[in-house]
Amino acid sequence: MTNTQTAPRASDKSSALTAVVFLALLGVATLFVAGHAQSAALHDAAHDVRHATGFPCH
Amino acid sequence: MLASAVFAGVAAGLLATLLHFVFVQKSLLLAEEYESGAVSHFQGAAPAGHDHGAAAEPAGTEAHDHAAHDHGDAEAEPSDLQRNALTGLFSILVYTGYAMVLVAGFGLAIAYGRRIGAREGLLWGLAGYAAFQLAPALGLAPELPGTAAADLAARQVWWWGTVLATGAGLALLAYGRGPIYVVLALVLLAAPHLIGAPHLDGFAGVAPPELAATFAARVLGVGLAVWAVLGWTAGAIWSKETAQA
Repeated sequence: MTNTQTAPRASDKSSALTAVVFLALLGVATLFVAGHAQSAALHDAAHDVRHATGFPCH
Repeated sequence: MLASAVFAGVAAGLLATLLHFVFVQKSLLLAEEYESGAVSHFQGAAPAGHDHGAAAEPAGTEAHDHAAHDHGDAEAEPSDLQRNALTGLFSILVYTGYAMVLVAGFGLAIAYGRRIGAREGLLWGLAGYAAFQLAPALGLAPELPGTAAADLAARQVWWWGTVLATGAGLALLAYGRGPIYVVLALVLLAAPHLIGAPHLDGFAGVAPPELAATFAARVLGVGLAVWAVLGWTAGAIWSKETAQA
C-alpha cells in the first residue's frame, strides 16, 4: 500500500487505483460488519452505535 | 494510505465515543425504558431530565426484561461497562470504515491530479457526512430503540443506494466540468428521495416525540462534528505522508 504512495502519481496510476479499490472495499466491508450484519452477537454489541450513526438497526 | 485511514478513523471514533456519551446515550437509555414498559409516555413519566434512573421510579410496575434477574440487583455495573466498552469499540470500527472509504476517495482524487490537504479533507469530511448520515437520515430518520420500522433488508438496500448516489452526486458536483455533470449530480442527489425510503403505514413508537426529536438532532449534530474532524485529520495526515514520500 505504501509503495503505491511513493510512486510518482501519473506513472503508476493503475496500481494506485488498485490500492484505492482495495481500501474502499475494506472500508465497505468494515461498515457492513459493524453496521449491517445481523448476527445476534454482532447486533447486540454494535447496537448503541448503530442507533447513534443512523444505520437501519432492527 | 491504510495507515492514515486507520489513524484518522481511530481518532474520530474516540471523539465519537466521547460525544456519544455526553449527548446521545441518555436519550437512548431512556427510550429503552419506554420500550420495555418501565416508564410510559402517558403516565406522567418524568421528561428526559437529569437522571434517567429517576424517571424509572414513578411507573410502579417492574419491567420484565429490564435490569432483570440475570444480572442481580447490585451487579448492573459490569454489564453497563461491557456495553459501553463495546460502544466505544464499534464507534472506532465504524469511523475507521468511513475513514477507509474517505481516504480511498483521496487516492482517487490524487490519481487524477488533485491535491489533498487538511482543508480539502475537511470538505471531503462534510461531503462524507452528507452521504453517510445526513442524506440517509432524510429518508430513514435516526431511530430510537423501540421504533417500529419497515423490513430491515429493504431499508438497508435503500441506505446503501442513498449513500452511493449522494457520494457520487457530490463528487460530480465538486469535480465534474460542464453542465451535464451538474445535471447528472442533481439527479443522483435527488433520486433516493424521489424513490423514497421504505416505511410502514402507521406509527407505533412508544417513546415521546420530544425524546425522538432530541435523539435524532443530537445524532446528526454529533455526526457532523465527528465527520468534520475525521476529514480534517485524514487530509492533514495524508498531506504530511505524501510530502515525506
